[in-house]
Order: sequence, then C-alpha cells, then structure tokens
Amino acid sequence: MSTVEEQRDDAALRPDEVDLSVSLGPLRLPNPIVTASGCFGSGQEIHRFFDVSVLGAVVVKSLTLEPRAGLPTPRMAETDSGMLNAIGLQNPGIDAWLARDLPWLVEHGVRTIVSIAGKTASEYRVLAERLRGVEGVLAIEANISCPNVEDRGMVFACREEATKEAIQQVTRVATVPVFAKLTPDVTDIVAIARAARDAGATGVSVINTLLGMAIDVETGLPRLGGITGGLSGPAIKPVAIRAVHQIARALPDLPIIGMGGARTVEDVVEFVLAGASAVAIGTATFANPMVTLELLEELPRWLAARGHRSIAELRGAVRLPPEPPGEDDEAAS
Amino acid sequence: MSSIVSRGSTPSVQGRETGPLRAMCEVLAHNKIGAYHSLTFVAPDMAERTSPGQFVTVGVEGGGTLLRRPFSVYSVSQHGPWAGTLEIVFDVVGPGTAWLAEREKHDVVDVVGPLGRPFPMPQQPVACLLVGGGYGAAPLLFLAQILQRRGFRVDMILGARTQSRVFNAIEAKRIAASATFTTDDGSFGVQGAVTDVMDRVIETAGTGVIYACGPMPMLAAVSEVARAKNLPCQVAVEEQMACGVGVCMTCVLPYRRRDEVVNLRACIDGPVFNGARVQWDLIGRRPGDLASASQDEEFIP
Repeated sequence: MSTVEEQRDDAALRPDEVDLSVSLGPLRLPNPIVTASGCFGSGQEIHRFFDVSVLGAVVVKSLTLEPRAGLPTPRMAETDSGMLNAIGLQNPGIDAWLARDLPWLVEHGVRTIVSIAGKTASEYRVLAERLRGVEGVLAIEANISCPNVEDRGMVFACREEATKEAIQQVTRVATVPVFAKLTPDVTDIVAIARAARDAGATGVSVINTLLGMAIDVETGLPRLGGITGGLSGPAIKPVAIRAVHQIARALPDLPIIGMGGARTVEDVVEFVLAGASAVAIGTATFANPMVTLELLEELPRWLAARGHRSIAELRGAVRLPPEPPGEDDEAAS
Repeated sequence: MSSIVSRGSTPSVQGRETGPLRAMCEVLAHNKIGAYHSLTFVAPDMAERTSPGQFVTVGVEGGGTLLRRPFSVYSVSQHGPWAGTLEIVFDVVGPGTAWLAEREKHDVVDVVGPLGRPFPMPQQPVACLLVGGGYGAAPLLFLAQILQRRGFRVDMILGARTQSRVFNAIEAKRIAASATFTTDDGSFGVQGAVTDVMDRVIETAGTGVIYACGPMPMLAAVSEVARAKNLPCQVAVEEQMACGVGVCMTCVLPYRRRDEVVNLRACIDGPVFNGARVQWDLIGRRPGDLASASQDEEFIP
C-alpha cells in the first residue's frame, strides 16, 4: 500500500485512468459512493434527478416485518451543522417492498443493499429469510442500531452479546453478504464490530446517528415529537472518522462502509483514509438531491489530480506516528 | 458549489416536462411586499413546468444551516426578456430566511423544483373560493390567475394577524370577483378569522369548490367549513421538511385512504391534499390505527 505522500509526487493522471472500483469481501462495487439507509427513499424519488444505477449501491430505508407508521411529527430539527431526526422506521413492510419497490430497482439496474430492522433477534432471521435467493438483492445491512426505537435497551448494537445474537440470525440464513450497522453510542465500538464479525458478518456499516435531543427554549418543548432522535450531518463526521479508524486498526480485514456527515469529495477520501472501502452519503442528499452523482463525477478528478491510480489504494492509508513498542497490537495478533 | 443541472429523467406528461430540476439561478429582483420578501429568479426550464401549489427548495447559508428551505411558488413568467422567471414569497423566521432576505439582484442561488403536486383544476364550470392565511396567499394568487384565465369565477378570502401580513391585497382585489380580508386585530378588513366570513362569501358567490393555503389550524378550520357545506376542498399544507424530494420522511401527515389512515409525505404526495381526508386531529399524535406507510400509489414520479 502506497502512502498519500508518495502518490502526491507522481504526475497527474487523467480522471478516466483512475480505478474507482472497490471490494467489500466478496462484494465488488464499481465505485465507493453508496447511499445511507433512510436518506434515499426507495430510489425512485432521486431517480427523477439522475439515473441512480450509476451509484456504487443504493441502501434502501430499513424494512421491518410489519408496515410501520413511524413517530409523530415534528420528526426533524435542524441543529448547528447537523440535524436530528425521529422518523421511527416508517416503512411499508418487507413484503410490500418486495412486491412493489424491488422490481423497480431490478428493472433499473440499481445495485441494491437491503436494510432490515427487527424488534427481536428472531425477527432478523425472518426478515433475512424473506430475502433468501431474491433476485436483485446484492447484500443485507442489518440495522441493529436505530436510535428511534421505544426501548433503548433493545438497541442490539449497544451490547456485544445482543449484536452477536441478532447478526447470527441473519448470517445463518442469508445467501448474500451481511453488513452490521453500528452505533457510535458505545464505550468500545471495536468490541461490537468484533462481535458482528464473529457472528459471521461480512463487514460493518459505521456509523448510525448519535442519539441527541433539542429543546425549544421559548416553549420548553422538545423539538422532536419523539423527544430524542438521531443526530446526523457534518456535526458527527469526526465521530464517524474516529469509529472507522478504530475498527480498521483493530480488525484490518473487516470491510467497512463508512458514513456520518460525508458530503464532499474530501470527506469521502477522509473516510477511505480512515479505513472505509465504500462511503455512504446520507443527510447531504437532503441538502442536495444530486450530491451523490456530483461526488461520483468529482472523485476521479480529485484522485487523478493527485496521481492516485485507484481509490482502493488509499484505504486505511492514514499516516500515523510510529506506535511505541510493547503496546498491545491486535492487528498483528 | 457545483453548477450541475439535473437531467430531468422523468418522462414527460402530454409532451410537457414535469420532473424537478436543480439549477443555479440568478436573482432578478428582490422586493418587499408588506411584511414579506419576494425573490424572483431566472429559471426558464423550471418556470415552464411549474403549476400553482407546487414549491421549490432553496439552498441557504449562515448560522450552521444545512438544509434547503421550501417555498411555494407565487408566480411564474414563461415569456419576456428573461425567458422564464419564478417568484417566491417568504417571511424571515430564522437564519436561513434571514440569509435569503439579503440576496440582491445578480446574486446566484441554488434552486430545486418544481416539487410536489399542484392544485387540481376543476373538471367543470364552477365558482372557486380561495382562502389564504398570511403568505399562504401567495400560491393562491398564482392559482387565481390560472383559474381566471380558464374562465372560472374566483373569490378570495385572505386573512392574517395584522394588516401588513395580509399578503398582496391589491392583487387579490384586482384578480378576484370578490376579495374579503380578515385580521386578528381588526387593522384591516373584518376582525376575526377567515372562517368567520366563509359562509357569507360561499352564499354570495355560489361557491362550488374551495382551495386553501396557510397554517395547519386554519386549514383544519377551512376543511371543517367545507365539510359542513359539502364542498370539495383542496388544501396546500405548510409542513416542516428536511429534503423536499420525498426521501427523508419528516414531513408526513395522517391521511385517510380507503379503510386506513396512512402517513403521507407533504413534499411528494402533497403538498396539496383533499382537506376532507387529512386527519387534522391526529397531526403530531401517535395514533393506534395509523398502521401503514406512504410510498405507494400516491407517489407520482
């Protein structure tokens, strides 16, 4: 793996000479730009702006076994450089989605990663069974970290055992790669990532939103109908970069889809340097429905101008000071 | 900021492009209309395909703002020396609209639109009553113009807190067969709410259909009057939204369809809804019978 500095001295390339393809275990994507679950609707809405099949993959909004109406409004509060949301997993249910939305994605050649959210560990198995052998499902993202659930104790990704249990239910029956979506609201995210890997996850999606809250000081009321909600946007990017970096350092062979506040080409590269293979764009799509396409067009130019032949070569290439001898290095063990 | 303009991949309806676009638009004019601001943009392709009731979102800066701001369209001009222009009306309510209020001629702003479903046109000759609250009058004046051009009788009721917040009363008087105004403080027109004068106007004008735009409580009250009179009522809601294009699911409102109540997105399933079907009393609540989700046949790409 070459370092950033070495590459920078090379002569600039043409953008079309840059290889954008990335691998996440057995999953190969033509480019690293994917969508964050819950930020891209069913795919059809943004397709009015551009052909969404050009993206590395579309991760659909989390699907539950039964249709869900979600939480009461207001569901959104803009905060400094971020936003809080409390949607409560509103979705048509996996069966309606399979019947109605998946055929559209298949017909339009969209690489589709299906996000699933269960109330119990066994519900994850039932959801994964529904997706067994279904044409057009490239991978499963097990959302075990939605902050907008009734019982915070039920956020699987807050505990290693619960993570292992839920992910095992999925990997036992899944016929496609499985990614575990993790929350940064834990003491040791590496331990949770390791639990997911040990349960058979192909990789991890890092990070979900951070649990937050905002109060209207004039009325004294919470600004969200759900009282607390998930914080997203540029405000959380440093937390996401840190989480990706920690997992990549500890578990270098575990593929990571990085996300959390990315909206510029520089953000995408930063996630890759931290250790992500692909980068999901979330809240930035709300601010600009075309941002994912723009990133896809700008990324090869950015890389070419700096002499990078591929995006993959930058994965985990953050330049760290030499580690003091004797420190426990899990990567080497 | 990128200047990529969307490709408008949506198929055209009857030869007319209908899908939303994103464009960097030059400001042609910035005016004050009473307590409100109006901005006119040069946006030929967008103006061409915008109908009354639809809205645009504008990228704003300042104060850590991240999200676009939605504004219903007040007027479009498809001709003239600037080809096509589009005008929005807004009130300064936070850092985003404060930033927008500082835009001047020749500044460039990031606009996405047209978004949402327009007001449906009456299918037969009928007298139309347009009821607006505050700057909710703006899209109704656009609608009034189109209705009148098509030969419908238009009556208007515009209400607000106080005189300066009754939007463009002069234009309403000019365009409508009758224009009635109400203010909470009695500084202009009748003291009271728009619903206080509806019965009288409906009777005098022989109203056959009602269109409304304004704050939610006003729309709920107007829908109730319409229901009592057995008149069809189309309302354009003002709901807080993050994306405006149908993907974030923040702008939902409970709506009765067939045997169930579903959460529909104001931005893409609306913002124009049948007022009789909106479950006004369930907004902001977590109802037990609200079992399903939107994203179905209500979605029209």
